[in-house]
Amino acid sequence: MDFRLTDDQRALRAGVRELLVRRFGRERLRAAVDPPPETGSDGRAGPPGPAGPRGPAARLDRALWRELGEAGFFALRLPEARGGVGLGLPEAVLAFEEAGRALLPGPLVATHLAAGEVPGAATGECVVAAVDGRLVEWLDEADVVRGDVTEAVALRPVDPLTPLHRVPRAAPGDPVAALLTAAEQLGSAGRTCALAVQHARTREQFGQPVGAFQAVKHLCADMLVRVEMARSAVYAAAVTNDPLDIAAARLLADEAAERGARDCLQVHGGMGFTWESEVHLHLKRAWSRARRGPCAAQAEEALAAGLLTWAERHGA
Amino acid sequence: MDLSYPAEDEEFRAHLREWLAGVLPALPPKPPPEDWPARRTYDLGWQRRLYDAGYAGLHWPVDAGGRGATPTRHLVFLEETERAGAPYVGANFVGLLHAGPTVAAEGNAAQRARWLPPVLRGEEVWCQGFSEPDAGSDLASLRTRARRDGDDYVVSGSKIWTSHAEVADWCELLVRTDPKAPKHRGISWLAMPMDAPGITVRPLRTLAGSAEFAEVFLDEVRVPAANRVGEENDGWRVTMVTLSFERGTAFVGEVVACRRVLGDVAREARENGRWDDVPLRRRLGRLDAEFRALWRLTQWNVSEAERGGVPGVGGSVFKLRYSQVRQELYDVAAEVLGPDGLDLDRQWTADRLSSLSYTIAAGTSQIQRNIVAERILGLPKGR
Ligand SMILES: Cc1cc2nc3c(=O)[nH]c(=O)nc-3n(C[C@H](O)[C@H](O)[C@H](O)COP(=O)(O)OP(=O)(O)OC[C@H]3O[C@@H](n4cnc5c(N)ncnc54)[C@H](O)[C@@H]3O)c2cc1C
Repeated sequence: MDFRLTDDQRALRAGVRELLVRRFGRERLRAAVDPPPETGSDGRAGPPGPAGPRGPAARLDRALWRELGEAGFFALRLPEARGGVGLGLPEAVLAFEEAGRALLPGPLVATHLAAGEVPGAATGECVVAAVDGRLVEWLDEADVVRGDVTEAVALRPVDPLTPLHRVPRAAPGDPVAALLTAAEQLGSAGRTCALAVQHARTREQFGQPVGAFQAVKHLCADMLVRVEMARSAVYAAAVTNDPLDIAAARLLADEAAERGARDCLQVHGGMGFTWESEVHLHLKRAWSRARRGPCAAQAEEALAAGLLTWAERHGA
Repeated sequence: MDLSYPAEDEEFRAHLREWLAGVLPALPPKPPPEDWPARRTYDLGWQRRLYDAGYAGLHWPVDAGGRGATPTRHLVFLEETERAGAPYVGANFVGLLHAGPTVAAEGNAAQRARWLPPVLRGEEVWCQGFSEPDAGSDLASLRTRARRDGDDYVVSGSKIWTSHAEVADWCELLVRTDPKAPKHRGISWLAMPMDAPGITVRPLRTLAGSAEFAEVFLDEVRVPAANRVGEENDGWRVTMVTLSFERGTAFVGEVVACRRVLGDVAREARENGRWDDVPLRRRLGRLDAEFRALWRLTQWNVSEAERGGVPGVGGSVFKLRYSQVRQELYDVAAEVLGPDGLDLDRQWTADRLSSLSYTIAAGTSQIQRNIVAERILGLPKGR
């Protein structure tokens, strides 16, 4: 047993991180969130689009999508014989963790799952959206949509970079989709923990960094504990590909992402409540992702049922 | 990322499983928690069986009488013994998990030869005399004095919360040997025989009703200077070694035991109808997720330790969540039991009470958070 990243996995993670920093760093994230100010109806330069009543829908950066395709992001698990990279779930999880850290927008999971099935998905030529639960992300930007989207109704999405439609009939989620979502949540949780720590070390009040105050320190410590729990669960689920391991990983990763973003916001004080800060984007994305696939209640029910079966088999 | 165990560890697992299946049914019944002398006998008996079967001190170095097993193999040992419901280390806790490893790492040849074999053979019990009435979380402010007199130290002061002091043969004792030095510098680590004249042990009753810890009064107790492990006044460094063992590996196997209890709680709920309570059932499901993750975190930490050598501060991350989840487990068990959750004759009720100590003993949750924040995250120390 050696439950750690291999050298190849480390290299893969570093490669994806580097690509995302170069192509979708902080400036690109801000540019995506704050399209060049349009003149509002009142004549003043308006606030960022999505903050307006029905702001302009977020656009997908097609060039970036193709670059992700070239880098193998979508074809990662496709066998080499079919033009893919031929890697496994653990590697996909590492790539999606980085995507979550960078808040990379787009129907990443749906397109990744379509690689090899929908022409052009593997290479990033084609953008694929899919019905997941009762929601579809990025419907208007997609070239191909999987699932029934008749009577889809647009929402005004809480996350400016996740356009959403609601559909009347729920589609069952796929466990791999749930796991990749957990990986994104994990990346986001790691990022908000790092942001909180960075702020706590530099922001001074009462003559010292706020991170010297125990109340702040303990928020940060709990954030790390949640990240480490989620990390172990997500990585292990990627190795076992067991539906209950995946359900457990999702519960912990959702918790790490949502509570991590909230605590990070708290550590940032008033700055945390601004549009300017990156924190709210993590929180809103975490909320959106938490709606994907089976909800927490379903995951808990599945785990409880599994526990009972296991106990009855092993019990005295 | 590899979760499969090497073939030789799986072989070891199979042998161990077979041995446990043979030996456990013949074990005498466990004495009640309040009867420490009987528990001492029981726990030492179990240790002797492990010794005779070649399983004692599996993870101790070979030259200390152990088997030099890798952390992974030790993990398999803990996993299988807990899964089979084998007795826990109990009264052997301090000897096997803190004092023994500390003597093995820091003691001289004579000290290792004197103290280690009896721990492994299940002949001697150790206790830990670190905390004092005025020095708990702030351990380095301890005041128990040791004055040098010829070949002895003469020790006076008092210790508190000393687990199993009543039944211990030895005490890993922290004393102040230089009262003028800065507080971390003037401390020494001694092995004190518990039958030395001048020692008075006053059992303290815990909230669970048992007397598993005690107050220890030391009045001019003579301890040979040869019993000092490490240099004089260098005891704080030795203490850090002890604490890293305490936090690094001490709780690992218990996660498996907790998941077994959780399964039993689920079965009980099914039998008494509480299973139909949706929020309660969902809490059981979430706890299952927690224990799965805690086990994976353990495997992650063990894999790191296998490369890095020492348990490290990752133990604090684990302890924080584990101590909390363990308490939630017994809270849910009480919900499932309903009125019987208030019956001290139900095992889970007693366990619920003892779980309350987990966020306090071996460093409180607040102290662990400070450690995580300062040593892992690099946040500044408060003033
Ligand atoms: C069941 C049990 C068995 C034990 N066995 C042993 C044993 O065998 N040998 C031994 O030496 N000791 C033993 N202990 C003692 C244990 O290590 C101490 O109780 C523990 O370290 C806390 O110290 P204290 O009790 O003095 O509490 P205090 O240090 O007085 O703490 C009181 C409260 O203040 C908080 N606090 C203290 N300092 C800080 C800080 N810097 N920041 C934030 N909060 C703080 C604590 O978290 C706690 O909530 C045992 C304790 C228990 C409960």
